[in-house]
Formats: sequence, C-alpha cells, structure tokens
Amino acid sequence: MGIKAAVKAPKFRYVRPQSLSEAISLLSEFADEARILAGGQSLIPTLNMRLSQPEIVIDINKLDELKGISLETGHVRIGAMTRHVEVMGSALVNENLPLIAEALPYVAHVAVRNRGTFGGSIALADPAAEMPACILAMQAEIVLEGPTGRRKVKADDFFYGLYDTAMRPDEILIEVLLPLAKPGEVFSFMELSRRKGDFAQAGVACRASISAKTFEKIRLVYFGSELKPTVGKNVMTALEGQTWSENIDEKIFSELEDDLDPIDNLHGSAALKMHWQKVLTKRAIAAAVKKTELV
Amino acid sequence: MEDEKIQIALRVNGEEITARVEPRMHLVDFLRSQLELTGSHLGCEHGICGACSVRLDGVVVRGCLVLAVQCDGAEVTTIEGLTESGEISDLQEHFVSRNALQCGFCTPGMLMTAAELLERKKSLPREEIREFMSGNFCRCTGYHAIIDAIEETMNDRRSGVQ
Repeated sequence: MGIKAAVKAPKFRYVRPQSLSEAISLLSEFADEARILAGGQSLIPTLNMRLSQPEIVIDINKLDELKGISLETGHVRIGAMTRHVEVMGSALVNENLPLIAEALPYVAHVAVRNRGTFGGSIALADPAAEMPACILAMQAEIVLEGPTGRRKVKADDFFYGLYDTAMRPDEILIEVLLPLAKPGEVFSFMELSRRKGDFAQAGVACRASISAKTFEKIRLVYFGSELKPTVGKNVMTALEGQTWSENIDEKIFSELEDDLDPIDNLHGSAALKMHWQKVLTKRAIAAAVKKTELV
Repeated sequence: MEDEKIQIALRVNGEEITARVEPRMHLVDFLRSQLELTGSHLGCEHGICGACSVRLDGVVVRGCLVLAVQCDGAEVTTIEGLTESGEISDLQEHFVSRNALQCGFCTPGMLMTAAELLERKKSLPREEIREFMSGNFCRCTGYHAIIDAIEETMNDRRSGVQ
C-alpha cells in the first residue's frame, strides 16, 4: 500500500509472556537491556523519541495476576497492572484510600488514564508523578519479584533519586499494599500545573491527625519540584503541636528550605518552586483542617 | 538486533484484519501506513496533543502510545469507523454549526474523546466538559466552540432531539 511510514522508534525485540515466571526469566536474562512494557504511557514516548533503546521489550499486559484491587487485612492491595481509570472508579479505593482518590484526577488525561498503570507509575518514579508521592505519604509497601523470589520494600526505602528506585534490574513490581487510614487521620492533596493533568510544577500530599485545629501528627510529601518524592521532615516537625489559623506564623514554611532542593528547569526556577511549595503547604494543611471540621 | 515482523490479527472498524508489523511500529502509524486510515493524526507522538486518539477495546487511548503488535486480538475503532456507524453524527453536525474546527487537524481526536464523554455522561457542567477534553490540543479555535458543540450535543441527546 501507498503511504510510507516514517521510522521513529529504534528496533527492538518484542515478547508478550503468558506467565509471571516467564516474564521474570526473560528479565533476568536481559536485565538492563530489557524494558518492561506496562501501560506504556512513559516508555513508548521515550521509544518514539529514541531516548531509550532497549534490546527487548517485555509486554506484561497479559499477566492477569498483576491486575485488580482487593481489601486485605489492614491494607488495600493494588496490582501493578491495574489501570489508573480502574483505580479511579474503584469503590474500594474511594472508601478506604481517600488520598489516592483525591489525587487521581490530577494524573494525566482521560486517554492516558485509560491505559497507564498504577504499578508503572511507581516503578518509573517520575519526579512529577502523583502516585509515588501519595504512596510515600501513606507509607505503603511495594512488592517486588525477581528470580530469587518476592520481597517487600517500604515506600520510605523505595525512592532513591531521579527515575531511580530500590528495584533491581531483574525485578518486576507486583503490587502495592496501601495501609488503611487510622481513625482520625485526614488527607489532602495540592498540585500546581500549567494545564490540569499535565506534569506537576509543584505539589504536596498531606496526611495528618488533627485535634481542635492542632496538628498532633503530620506527614508532608513533596513532588514536582524535587528529583524524587521527598518527605518534608523539618516542616513536619515545626508544624507538630501548632494550631491552625489563617495567620499561622509563615516562618514555619521557611523550614522547607532545609527539606527541599528544587530543580531549576523550564517549569520554573528553583526559587519560584520553593515559593510554590510553601504556598501549597499552607493550602494543604488548611484543607486537612477543614476536613476534620466536616466530620 | 532482531527486527522480525510479527503477525497480528485484530478488528479495525468492524473488519477482521491480519497483518505483519515491526514491533517498533505504533498503532497510528500502522493504521495510516498499512490500512490507509489517515483520519487519525500524528501531532507530538509523545502523548501530549491527543490528535492520535483512537478507541481501543472500548476506551479512548493515545494511538501513538500503543504498539501495533500489542493490538493482536484487540478491537480498534478510528474516526472513520465512528463516522460510518453514525454514533456521533449529531456531534459532528454541531462541530460544523458551531465552527468547532478550522484547520481540522485536532478534530478526529477531539471527536474520539468527546464520544467517550457522551457515552459516559448524560449531563455535565461546562467546566467538567472542559476538564475531560483538556488532554486534546487545538491551535485554531480557542476551545470555546468545541465545548459549545459537545455541550449542545449532550443537551440534545438528553432532551431527545434527533
């Protein structure tokens, strides 16, 4: 037929294993030369742009054991190949994981959510992605499997740096175990982007126990501005014991200068991102306080 | 490095197709170059612009972010199929009457995305229509006319206007 296709992606071998063990043995054979194809919403752009040149692409879309959401003792399990649209539409998630439910509408656009997967987003660890920040705020556990078996990694120990995680080259992300909210815990989520659904320029996921507007416990995880989702340890310590008011001492938010090291790029200068994160922090804690008043 | 073609069998716009594709070819390049279905457009090829939107197994996806080889066994509907079935003829009429297109490059993608919205929702505030459509770029219209056309189609369908 007549029309000639332009050549874009580099050549690679494609395999679509029918079982997890087959996928893992391929992965251990090729390791760094292989890429796992989950939803493909980040991998395929890098192939089309020739930013990535794997020898082999291992498509795990047929592995049904990696799909689905279930309520288990103390946590909700989200299988790695569960698509964002399914997580977003899940009653289990809406009832038990309020932070995930609040953040998902910020994850890309409808066509990308129809295809992109929960596990893919965690495994890639894009610095601007919402789900890594949320699971770190919730202190979830990530289940990985390689040739020597399964292991669990705490979210606190998972994110190493820019697209760099505790996953070994021969491991596949199987599922994420997200703890149920403790009684009295509230969550809030704030993100700044040019167009809703685009990559975050700055953002924060908040988990707090608040009594009479006083922060008994608070955990804040920042994304978009940093190389990896980052816990705001100093600002959290400064906020504990503080009572919320519109006139809360803004010096507290300056603690972020010791927590964050924003990336200078076309989405904004480091100084501007630091400013945004301070503003978003105030909005996030205000939103959390408001939720305790609604209960 | 191997670049063997792989045999795939899929349904495109209701028609059974078998073809041999290179693994690196994405779905829209396959549709355009091998099936000559040129209604699906390629803008950015990294998932930002939405011009390549097609329906894959019932839901709208970025056609540039799915490999053709992954569509073995799948059901694909393009703007050609959607037009032929008449599913969105009312929406297409409103796109014309509202001047919701100028150069037309984004239009197939806009229609594919809007078709999913109209299928899912009977009624939606204008702001939420905008948000649903926010993954599709248009460089001519300024978007208002597109949202008008979708809103009017939604209203007509709800009130039973043919």
